[in-house]
Amino acid sequence: MEKVVIKESNYRIRKAKILRTKQLTAHEKLFEIALEGGETLDYEPGQFMMVSLFGVGEVPISISSSPTKSGSFEICVRAVGKVTSAMHRLEAGDEAGIRGPYGKGFPIRILEGNDLLIIAGGLGIAPLRSLIKYALDNRRDFGKVHILLGCKTIQDMLFVDELDQWSKRMDVHYECTLDRAAPDWVGHVGQITTLIPGVHIETERTFAVVVGPPIMYRFVIKELLEKNIRERQIFVSFERHMKCGMGKCGRCQIQSLYCCQDGPVFNYAEIKNMKEALQ
Amino acid sequence: MKDIQYMILSKDNFDAFISRLSKLQKLVAPVAKGYDNYAFEEVTSGDQIAVKYIPTVLPPKKYFLPQRETLLEYNVGKGLEVRPVAEYEKMAIFGVHTCDLAGIQCLNMVFSIRPRDYNYLIRKRKLDIIGLECNEYCDKHASCCLVSSHLPNGGYDLFFTDLGDYFIAHVNTQVGENIVESTKYFTQAESLHLEALKDMREKKRAAFKNEVSIEPAFIPEMFDRSFDSKVWKELEERCLACGNCTNVCPTCYCFDILDEMELDLRTGRRYRQWDSCQLEPFAKVAGGENFRKERSARQRHRYYRKFRYPVVKFARFFCTGCGRCSRTCMAEINLKETLNALAMDGSEWKK
Repeated sequence: MEKVVIKESNYRIRKAKILRTKQLTAHEKLFEIALEGGETLDYEPGQFMMVSLFGVGEVPISISSSPTKSGSFEICVRAVGKVTSAMHRLEAGDEAGIRGPYGKGFPIRILEGNDLLIIAGGLGIAPLRSLIKYALDNRRDFGKVHILLGCKTIQDMLFVDELDQWSKRMDVHYECTLDRAAPDWVGHVGQITTLIPGVHIETERTFAVVVGPPIMYRFVIKELLEKNIRERQIFVSFERHMKCGMGKCGRCQIQSLYCCQDGPVFNYAEIKNMKEALQ
Repeated sequence: MKDIQYMILSKDNFDAFISRLSKLQKLVAPVAKGYDNYAFEEVTSGDQIAVKYIPTVLPPKKYFLPQRETLLEYNVGKGLEVRPVAEYEKMAIFGVHTCDLAGIQCLNMVFSIRPRDYNYLIRKRKLDIIGLECNEYCDKHASCCLVSSHLPNGGYDLFFTDLGDYFIAHVNTQVGENIVESTKYFTQAESLHLEALKDMREKKRAAFKNEVSIEPAFIPEMFDRSFDSKVWKELEERCLACGNCTNVCPTCYCFDILDEMELDLRTGRRYRQWDSCQLEPFAKVAGGENFRKERSARQRHRYYRKFRYPVVKFARFFCTGCGRCSRTCMAEINLKETLNALAMDGSEWKK
């Protein structure tokens, strides 16, 4: 077997440096990363990166920052597998390898001019933070911005400082609920679905963007439909374990769709009857 | 009347041709490996080759998409160094049946569609393909007529048909022409040879009939209505989730990407290796959710990846009718039986 070094490999890695890390919870850590040579990563909210830890492996991670911030980007990593656990040992100054971005992000051009109902469950806030930050940085281009957040407990809450800021802003309607809370918690307690009936929305001009664990979608979408939000005005983002990111390896396939290319963001109307997607 | 595209190789010269070709470049061909088992292996003489063989255990896919191939080499010693690499081997593959030619055509489509897979495309350019016709069915598992892969549809440099005392060879490319010219054992085909080829093909058309009870044109529609068929549940009760069917399939190309570090803990490689949608962790994500947890869903996925999904993306079936999945299945899950069972499920699609 001969071997040649090739320039045009799809698996080529761009070198990057970790500028800053922040332990968000016991399991989640935020990494601020900059490409080598001062290049700015060109991405859309909702897209994902393949992040490499050489000798351990490569994993798909959604981008948590907004492209309105140049110079670096952020990813929020939950230590749940071999690679992500190893990534938690990285600190500022360490090198990382990335390729991407991949996939179809949130449809910014469609969302602009409309009201946003952003519903995040658990780690779903990680990709949605990219959209939220984008909308807040371009606040004039959007109508009302509602953010509904659901967490298991207060210990699982991510981006606490930012949530606090959002909750104080006049131009954002923010609500949060915990599945289980200590007696000193003054906010809502219960599943995220309990927040939806109380939100005042104009159904005509509201686009719901929902990201959370698989079990959440069915119940949240039921509530949204009960509020008469049109199916076409609901977007979701799916988690699958992409290995290549280029529609080849087959790992993220949902029937004839490839989550890495056709998603991860999907319009609810297009996938609602698709087995292996939500059902 | 002569046809320049057709050449004749007398069987007396077959050994000499193979020996000569194997001296010019590495040559692989089907070799008998015990009862009804064949494998593509390196050969240096004609007598090593099983000219009449049933599909090899592994298809020639193994040369186009090796079970394992390096994508990157790296050194994390002092500063990160990463080199993308491609692996290839120049060789000629002799004796590729029309079903396997169809399989290679499918792989070519998958890895050529953007974003292109350069590792595959670099390797493909180094492989010469010499096809070999099946004059009759190999065994009961074949369903090549169903997918029209029983007759040659291109995808080769040179294509051999056994016509008794001689082979007639169709020269399809310049690479094929070079093989003919550099080995010097071929003569020009005469009209009687072309007539003999025509007769054989006619006999073949009469002998090869659609092997299942549904017309190919209705298959996509049948699959559209079969997602919840009880047939998948029946397969679940038998399937062992071993992944043999996908490993031997000439059009299965799913892969995993893994890292491997040397003991020096500085240098290492990232490689890809065959994976299988039939294995339990295939559609699992880190949190533990598995999007095709049931064997029925995984078997269904395999069949839809042959008969439904590629029809949308590539306008063809990704089944080549080679029968390998049925031949290799320890639980005797049989592709023809599955299609027939699905056809039975909705009588209006039966022919």
